[in-house]
Amino acid sequence: MHNFDFVKPSSIADAVAALSSEGAQALSGGQTLLPTMKQRLAAPDVLVSLTGIAEMQGVCTGEGGLHIGAATPHAVVARDAAAHYPALAALAGGIGDPAVRNRGTIGGSVANNDPAACYPAAVLASGATVVTPHRRIAADDYFQGMFSTALDEGEFITQVIFPIPHKAAYVKFNQPASRFALTAVFVAQFSDGVRVAVTGASNNGVFRWTEAEAALSSDFSAKAISDLTVAADDMISDLHGSAAYRAHLVKVLTGRAVTAAR
Amino acid sequence: MPKDTGIGASTKRREDLRFLTGRGVYTDDLSLFGQAHAVMVRSSVAHGRIVSIDTAAAEAMPGVLAVFTGEDFKDVGGNPAGWLINSRDGTPMREPKRPVLAHGKVRHVGDAYAAVIAETYAQAKDAAQVLADATVIEELPAVVDMRAAVANAANRVHDEIPDNLCFDWGWIEDNRAAVDAAMKAAPHVVTLELTNNRLVPNAMEPRASIGEYFPGTGDYKLTTTSQNPHLTRLLVCAFVMGIPENKLQVVAPDVGGGFGSKIYHYGEEALVLAAAKRLGRPVRWTAERTESFLSDAHGRDHVTKIELGCTKEGDILAIRTETLANVGAYLSNFSTATPTFLHGTLMAGPYKVPHVYVNVKTVFTNTAPVDAYRGAGRPEATYSIERAVDKMCRELNLDPFEVRRRNLLTPDQFPYTTPVGLVYDTGNYQATLDKAIELADVSGFEARVAESAKRGKLRGMGLSTWIEACGIAPSHLVGVLGSRVGLYDAATVRVNATGTISVMTGAHSHGQGHETVFPQIVAEKLGIPESSVEIVHGDTAKIPFGMGSYGSRSLAVAGSAMDRALDKIIAKGKKIAAHMLEAAEGDITFADGKFSVAGTDKAKSFGEIAFSAYVPHNYPLETLEPGLEETAFYDPANFTYPAGAYICEVEVDAETGKVDVVAFTAADDFGNVMNPLIVEGQVHGGVGQGIGQALCENTSYDENGQLLTGSYMDYAMPRADDVPFYTVDHSCATPCTHNPLGVKGCGEAGAIGSPPAVVNAVIDALHRGGITHVAHIDMPVSPNRVWQAING
Ligand SMILES: Cc1cc2nc3c(=O)[nH]c(=O)nc-3n(C[C@H](O)[C@H](O)[C@H](O)COP(=O)(O)OP(=O)(O)OC[C@H]3O[C@@H](n4cnc5c(N)ncnc54)[C@H](O)[C@@H]3O)c2cc1C
Repeated sequence: MHNFDFVKPSSIADAVAALSSEGAQALSGGQTLLPTMKQRLAAPDVLVSLTGIAEMQGVCTGEGGLHIGAATPHAVVARDAAAHYPALAALAGGIGDPAVRNRGTIGGSVANNDPAACYPAAVLASGATVVTPHRRIAADDYFQGMFSTALDEGEFITQVIFPIPHKAAYVKFNQPASRFALTAVFVAQFSDGVRVAVTGASNNGVFRWTEAEAALSSDFSAKAISDLTVAADDMISDLHGSAAYRAHLVKVLTGRAVTAAR
Repeated sequence: MPKDTGIGASTKRREDLRFLTGRGVYTDDLSLFGQAHAVMVRSSVAHGRIVSIDTAAAEAMPGVLAVFTGEDFKDVGGNPAGWLINSRDGTPMREPKRPVLAHGKVRHVGDAYAAVIAETYAQAKDAAQVLADATVIEELPAVVDMRAAVANAANRVHDEIPDNLCFDWGWIEDNRAAVDAAMKAAPHVVTLELTNNRLVPNAMEPRASIGEYFPGTGDYKLTTTSQNPHLTRLLVCAFVMGIPENKLQVVAPDVGGGFGSKIYHYGEEALVLAAAKRLGRPVRWTAERTESFLSDAHGRDHVTKIELGCTKEGDILAIRTETLANVGAYLSNFSTATPTFLHGTLMAGPYKVPHVYVNVKTVFTNTAPVDAYRGAGRPEATYSIERAVDKMCRELNLDPFEVRRRNLLTPDQFPYTTPVGLVYDTGNYQATLDKAIELADVSGFEARVAESAKRGKLRGMGLSTWIEACGIAPSHLVGVLGSRVGLYDAATVRVNATGTISVMTGAHSHGQGHETVFPQIVAEKLGIPESSVEIVHGDTAKIPFGMGSYGSRSLAVAGSAMDRALDKIIAKGKKIAAHMLEAAEGDITFADGKFSVAGTDKAKSFGEIAFSAYVPHNYPLETLEPGLEETAFYDPANFTYPAGAYICEVEVDAETGKVDVVAFTAADDFGNVMNPLIVEGQVHGGVGQGIGQALCENTSYDENGQLLTGSYMDYAMPRADDVPFYTVDHSCATPCTHNPLGVKGCGEAGAIGSPPAVVNAVIDALHRGGITHVAHIDMPVSPNRVWQAING
């Protein structure tokens, strides 16, 4: 790890100021950023911790659904979202191990947009809104390919607002080593239709499976998608799963998510 | 009633208190005054010619004290292979020099070609990067795939070795023609090509070493993560550095697991000693996890074709194997013994097979060195045999249990001389098989299959009956087989004046539980409390000699040495008692901690004898020496032969290919069991590693020799939820006939017997589910591979 300066603002305004300086980078739970720094693959001059800002912590219901502060650890979401949005809470409770869940945060995960991360599937399938100090970004506009998002340089997430579906489920198939998603599917049924988001599978990061959404919107059952096929063309192929295998899993897991949705 | 102390008691591991409360003292925990930090500079390419290393910029960096390159070690010796293997044509194996730091060429990703020593770790790390940037390495095509390595002579790991072959070994070469004839005549021949997947050892504690040099005396001290400090001392002194053996102390303090990878001497150990001498300061090095992946000796990595000739009824007539075994870029210390004498000699399994021939070609590649890893050669042999036997059952539609029974050696056949050079002393393989069948509730299996089916899962059962040779090893035998060392062990039993005991043992505990078990044996023999006995190990300055711990040898060999030393203590005690009790030595008996004059009530306790030995106010000094301390060296007469039967049940999700091990039963014969709790723990750990190999672990290099599985993001370690609750039994014991404790060794068993049981169970599940085109799936049997096999 290289040397760096560390600041921990207590307000969003101070964080905005701190992050506007050259070489500054946001630090939330550090579960992704710190290992990268230890391996000397990242060397920010200043780390701006976002975990000391009260408005960026916690889970509460509000306008538009469930409001989750960006610096809320996975373990807190698992606990506090359970009564409101069980599928989301279950997703948070299935990330990593207890140490990761007690430090890693939703904001860090959504900002990082790892193609195998869990939260992006929930954000996209829920049609959530990503809130930053200056604007609100719809989930459909936010994810822009693996590790790439609509956030501008220095811009950071303060909150994510999740509309709460009638029924939803997240079914994750673990990559055997990392236990991130080898492929995972989040299905959410709203009064105006069903949204299906897939993570772990595509070279373009999290995506919506729109054919399945259409089929499920008229018949919310696993057999509604039995005739659909998923193209393997854009799927990730690596040691743990071929593109064809991932394409296959997308369909299997979608069916299971529909069956499991509550 | 189970005993609560002494031999056979489930005494809780005394060492766990310090391990579990963070009070162990590992090499990296030591902090020495004036210490400097070493960082190794490692190759990022698999194969390359070192064109130039410009050290100036690194040397000018803040805090940098010294830079070493291969040049600094080009005149010292090399790290040797411990076994000389001859090829089938009688020519000796090719033995390229393994330097402390790569010189001229780098031969695998992670091959260290330089080292930077600095005041702090961070400074050393910064300078190492600068040094790497100032090094020019001309990349050469990498030799990765073993088949290509032997086929393509143009591309050489070692310039002087034209075909990348270390040796081409036949076992037993004289039997080859007879085996070929038997195979030809066999009514049925099963053929199977399989891979024994390469594994990274992943000891919890990474390797670490601290070198010290004392200019006043010229003495050196090496504190290091070693399974056998005496062997390390021998290699450093006699082969690599030329330091007189009496001038180097090697200490292996608490060591956090080894699984074989810490048997060997590594270049970093020589480096920290050389650096300590040059700087006159202690120099320390601790591997980062990435370095462990890249530079610890890996395990397994065989590609094998096995043929098994049999009758239609399933009598095995002949076994023939052809194996390519990877040794990586350099010969690690046991690397030539592992695929040969720890593998080929086991190829008859626990069966009565008249004809066996094994061919092993050992291949250099641009990958990390490969050496013994828990089981070492024996898992490879067991996997080949047990997969082939399973395939035979399927091809001939025979019951796997019945086929085992037909072929297993029977108790009346011992001692049994195998066609591959071993003499099994004793065993009862039917008994462990019956026990496993009972404990695994084989008769209830069909009902469980139906229950799984209701949940959409395919259930399967896999069997493996296995044997190993351990208690390594009789020196007379291994000497004939090419070993350059003897494999005896030693112990000193020191009775202190107050009757407490220190046992200096050549075994080295790096998780096994010696500190608990060895005192149980002493307590039993001397009739004193376990708590009065302390084990001293891992320090060449304190213990007489030792070959360390590996090959399930600690109790069988070092424990036997201790037992012999205890006999000498008792004999000496009798002499002292005779003097104190004014009786003839021949009239003294020893039992329950008391020396008595036979037929009288005259007696002295062990404590009184000990005290008298050190307060010898009226000793007849011509005939009775003061003191009570004895040393024994023990060289085993034969290997020991633990054996057992393992039954695994899996559920396969045919839609995703995911395999769950839902039940695992291990019925083993380890001979006499000293501590059932520890034995059970060893089996749990071994089976866990076996399940890891079968389902999860894979070491993958790409065609350029880059390690794709260089971190836990891609290297799948088995976790708690990958393994079931085990059913473990070791009641079917046939005591070893040739060591005083009757013990056979249990450390490797689980890792040897379990992989074929798991894979056989997966194949069984698929066949029961109607997926009968799948004859084999290579390990690790990952979800993707199972799905591929089903849909392929
Ligand atoms: C062992 C392990 C297992 C894991 N398993 C899983 C898993 O199964 N599923 C899964 O989804 N994830 C998994 N993760 C990742 C984990 O969820 C991380 O916590 C998450 O990816 C990053 O969150 P963080 O709060 O730690 O972010 P940090 O590491 O602090 O930051 C990550 C990145 O996001 C930026 N950033 C942080 N917060 C903000 C913000 N509010 N606005 C803008 N940018 C920000 C940082 O600058 C950095 O670039 C695992 C991690 C580990 C170490």
